[in-house]
Amino acid sequence: MAVDIGARDLLGLYEQMSVIRGTERAAHDLFLAGLVKGTTHLAAGHEAVAVGASFALRPDDYVFATYRGHHHAMARGATPAECLAELMSKRTGVCKAKGGSMHLTKASAGMLGSYAIVGAHLPMAAGAAWSAKLRGSGQVAVAFFGDGATNIGALHEALNLAAVWALPVLFICENNLYMEYTPIGSVTAVAHPAADRAPAYLLPAEVIDGNDVAVVADAVRRAAARARDGGGPTVLEALTYRQFGHSRTDPATYRPAGELESWLARDPLELARQRLADHGVPQADIAAADARAAQVVAEAVAAAKAADPPDPADALTDVWADGGSAWRT
Amino acid sequence: MADVITYREAVSEGIAREMRRDPSVVCLGEDIGAAGGVFKTTAGLFAEFGPDRIKDTPISEQAIVGMAMGAAMTGVRPVAEIMFSDFLACCWDYLANEIPKMRYMTGGQVKVPLVVRTANGGGLGFGAQHSQSVENWALAVPGLKVVAPATPADVIGLLAAAIRSDDPVLFFEHKGLFASKGETAPDGHLVPLGQAAVARAGSDVTIVALASTVPLALAAADELAEGGVAAEVVDLRCLVPLDMATVLASVGKTSRLLIVEENPYQGGWGGTVASVVADEGFELLDAPIRRVAAECVPLPFADVLEDQVIPTTAKVVAALRSLLAY
Repeated sequence: MAVDIGARDLLGLYEQMSVIRGTERAAHDLFLAGLVKGTTHLAAGHEAVAVGASFALRPDDYVFATYRGHHHAMARGATPAECLAELMSKRTGVCKAKGGSMHLTKASAGMLGSYAIVGAHLPMAAGAAWSAKLRGSGQVAVAFFGDGATNIGALHEALNLAAVWALPVLFICENNLYMEYTPIGSVTAVAHPAADRAPAYLLPAEVIDGNDVAVVADAVRRAAARARDGGGPTVLEALTYRQFGHSRTDPATYRPAGELESWLARDPLELARQRLADHGVPQADIAAADARAAQVVAEAVAAAKAADPPDPADALTDVWADGGSAWRT
Repeated sequence: MADVITYREAVSEGIAREMRRDPSVVCLGEDIGAAGGVFKTTAGLFAEFGPDRIKDTPISEQAIVGMAMGAAMTGVRPVAEIMFSDFLACCWDYLANEIPKMRYMTGGQVKVPLVVRTANGGGLGFGAQHSQSVENWALAVPGLKVVAPATPADVIGLLAAAIRSDDPVLFFEHKGLFASKGETAPDGHLVPLGQAAVARAGSDVTIVALASTVPLALAAADELAEGGVAAEVVDLRCLVPLDMATVLASVGKTSRLLIVEENPYQGGWGGTVASVVADEGFELLDAPIRRVAAECVPLPFADVLEDQVIPTTAKVVAALRSLLAY
């Protein structure tokens, strides 16, 4: 497969992944320290999907993600500080602490939400693509979803109608092998839960290495180009692995021995380091990128900790277009 | 003399006026294109606006409303049709979990300016899965505006307000009213969301009604007028925003309140109206608040059975007589 990203771009993508990884670790630590309430669904291990795809998209393209969506928010331009502040219930949170970990959104960067009802956002992405087509804007929309979403009806309704209307939408599955605690293969009739469904709608599909940022970027670039040219939707199934459990209450004891270790050997950051070395990038440059990332994360943690909690009065704003929440006269 | 049109024709007229005014308005739904809709409420739109703006969909309620949502978030004003309001259950995730929460849970970053239209209500013998009045489902969800017009002119005026609103609107068209006639609306007619209408003025008792129960209330008021009773009929027009100011002002005049609603008594919207009046208008009342609502059973098929379940003029008249005798 022709996958070629220049050394300078690749180092930039590596640094983005390093920032996301550091932020996810910080989120984990802050949760254990009691500073993040509710739950978190960490995306450590999935970074290459978000960063590779974002690199291949236009800044004005639309992204819809899931409750495991920290990496997509940051890949599209949400800062680690505003994401961590959101998780920590601070007024500087990217959603003013009204959304939380599962709903990170950065609309100004085309990141149109993280959705916590499995599969619900696939029709939305198709709708955004329909809108782009109606407006002739040349934008594409992308729905990122987990393997668990492949067995819900909304996915099939979206794939069918997106195919019929030839919409500029990409359906990108992050197949991390587990539907929450259950192996996806044990509850799915096909081997590749996303890619194997595409032929039913006459859609092109590819199974790709979701841990290789260059492979993801290449596949998304080709699919987006086809979509912009009127070629319709593409289904991509990116094979990846979540390095933490499903959510904060899951120790992931259901994993067979050795599975985590074999995936850690193919960690997206490790694969990127190998590619950088192949490009002749000096180790010192890689280390410097990691150091910059660590600094960004440390400053983000400090800023989020220092930020004020929300104004309680803000609980009653942002329901209606007038900014308020009045339901009666 | 003003032109007279049917409630059914008012739906397509109201949509067409907005589509002529704003090129970002588009429609999608099952059979809404060349077929003109199963209730013919989109007749003529496909011919005037063409296949790019009037989109036939498969029977995929989640795709219809979910795609409308994604389009609304990105610069289009979709008007989605869900054929029967019972089918809202097939896409309720979008109306309960997604659309109404988006602005709030993003801290105000995202707006969802869409309208979901649907044919609501009973009286036509369609049985339990095609006859329900489900406006109380919508009332239970913070973040949805809920509209249910009773007259052709209000259909046009409220559609204008709903389509122009930057808030999501669930627009209930009553199946039993489609054939009813009334004056059409002048050009540019717009009825702001959340303003009730006094459909008939009176000083002896207030009847609060919505959609199909407005003509029931007016017929009952006519019957009582023969005995010298002047009933005031308040047509709410919207459940969200709910115009309690108009209701309370009317009760202040009449001291008696009857609420007539087609959704079930249990969980029906009349409970909310009664609650506010009891809380804020208790001293205005000379009698208990009464409600005529649907029985808490699935809608039966046969006319003789359906009449037992949903409000009728006779039930409204009986309730009024009882209330006036208190």
